[in-house]
Amino acid sequence: MQSIKEQKAGTAQKRKKNSMMRIMMRRLRKNRLAMLGLAILIVIVLLAVFAPYISPYDYSKTDFSSTFQGPSAAHWFGTDELGRDIFSRLLYGARYSLSIGLTTVAISAACGVALGAIAGYVGGKFDMILMRVLDVFQALPGMILAIAIAATLGGGMSNCVISLAISSIPGYARMTRASILNIRQMEYVEAAASINAKSSRIIIRHILPNALSPIIVQATMGVAGAILAAASLSFVGLGVQAPNPEWGAMLSAARNYIRNYPHMVITPGVTIMITILSLNMLGDGLRDALDPRLKD
Amino acid sequence: MIRYIIKRVLLMIPVILGVTWIIFTIMHFTPGDPAVIILGTEVSEDLLEAKRVELGLNRSYLAQFLDYLKDVFLHFDLGTSYVNGKSVSAEIFQRFPYTFRVASLSVCISLLIGIPLGVVAAVNQYSWKDNASMTVALVGISMPGFWVGQMLSLLFALTLGWLPASGVGGPQYYILPCLAIGLSGCASIARQTRSSMLEVIRQDYIVTARAKGVIENKVIYGHGLRNALIPVITQAGSSFGIQLGGALVSETVFSIPGLGTYMMTAISSRDYPAIQGAVIYVAIIFGLVMLVVDLLYAFIDPRIKAQYSGKRRRK
Repeated sequence: MQSIKEQKAGTAQKRKKNSMMRIMMRRLRKNRLAMLGLAILIVIVLLAVFAPYISPYDYSKTDFSSTFQGPSAAHWFGTDELGRDIFSRLLYGARYSLSIGLTTVAISAACGVALGAIAGYVGGKFDMILMRVLDVFQALPGMILAIAIAATLGGGMSNCVISLAISSIPGYARMTRASILNIRQMEYVEAAASINAKSSRIIIRHILPNALSPIIVQATMGVAGAILAAASLSFVGLGVQAPNPEWGAMLSAARNYIRNYPHMVITPGVTIMITILSLNMLGDGLRDALDPRLKD
Repeated sequence: MIRYIIKRVLLMIPVILGVTWIIFTIMHFTPGDPAVIILGTEVSEDLLEAKRVELGLNRSYLAQFLDYLKDVFLHFDLGTSYVNGKSVSAEIFQRFPYTFRVASLSVCISLLIGIPLGVVAAVNQYSWKDNASMTVALVGISMPGFWVGQMLSLLFALTLGWLPASGVGGPQYYILPCLAIGLSGCASIARQTRSSMLEVIRQDYIVTARAKGVIENKVIYGHGLRNALIPVITQAGSSFGIQLGGALVSETVFSIPGLGTYMMTAISSRDYPAIQGAVIYVAIIFGLVMLVVDLLYAFIDPRIKAQYSGKRRRK
């Protein structure tokens, strides 16, 4: 009796072990580079969340007696032209960059996946019209589209998110549509349709979960791309505006002082680089972990 | 082949019209009165009204749009700048050489560095060479392009004094901007080359080539790379197309009087005709470059060429 129970528990466990998520997590855990990326990312997120407790100074407090100081024990990364502590500003800047990255990807992935899924599943006129509209949007490089939209909407964080999200929707829509066109042919979709499941249920329960892995990878890389693009937008004065400690805006404000006070340019850039690097390492790891062609 | 080119060019027309419509609409409904932008707020209402009539702003949205379409596509006139009264087309034409030089040189740099890095990484998969070049590439794609530019100019121009930091002039002025853009590009080219090479070198024809005794270098570069090149060319082409529209941020960093700087100035001074014109120009150039890329496939891959001619023969 005991042994049968154990056996049952054993098979249940085995079955659970083989879920796609588990396989992916196991493969991801083995990838040291991806785990390092994840660890760095977690540290950055914690630093951003607990910025008020960690930062040694008020990020907006000016101190004209200590402007342009190089790195020292009092100011780890030095101070800027108004005597503000760069380390504290970078900590708060992480809040801007991370939230811009995440919300941009959330909005664009949600819209793109929904549009792509409907277009791929429904097909017909809707598909054709949507694809032609996407053609028009993709006739412009993403950055130019984002800049044009941001220029008309004006600066500020939410406008920055909107313009970046709009310019990256077509990518998600196209990718989702392509994988859905493949999955639609599968037998399990036919089976679901034959027991009279609604279209919405088929899309959400049966098709999307199977189309998810490239979207996950794209979204991870998309956060990195959005942070970089937001930094560029702020650098040219279209994103988050100057007194706010966004990394790109800090680089933009510091560019006039690069000759004499290079620390003002180096530290924000390195911070951006480390953040993007960790996201890319995680994204690469996810891609490998979700690739069915690669064996453990 | 020619049929295909004509078909592609014809397909571009609705897309360009769509871009024109979208950008015109965005600019049309943007708050801000062009008459005020041109004349300032210090003039009388009558003068402003007269300017509005002169610009045709009192007419309906549709009439204005049709006018704009007629100007752009029948007279190739992208309008007149609000700020300095110069023709936008002439300005774009005049700035194009700078942008073209920077774009082509930087794409060359990224191909020349990126492809060998990717090939070496793929051929020696999981070795130290692979790890080293992929680490370099990973760091490369993680840096903002304009920051790479700033760092290069800090090192080579401001600290060492070897090269000029900004502006244009002799060839030495192009080294830093092209390096900055090219280095950012080479990282993604290297990654693309590696992944597509990895797929190709597992194919049967590579085994065949080795089995019949072809020397290893020829196997890799003649048989492998040639087949792996298509995604790489697509990426290089699209980045070339983007650069031809002006390396927006990098041009600003190095003060190159190209299209990127033009667009940035236009945006900051709310010069709508200039923004519209530049965006439409970018869409056209981008479409043409992608068409050339598609045609390049035929030269790289005889199978694709066979497809084009095969269709014709069937007719």
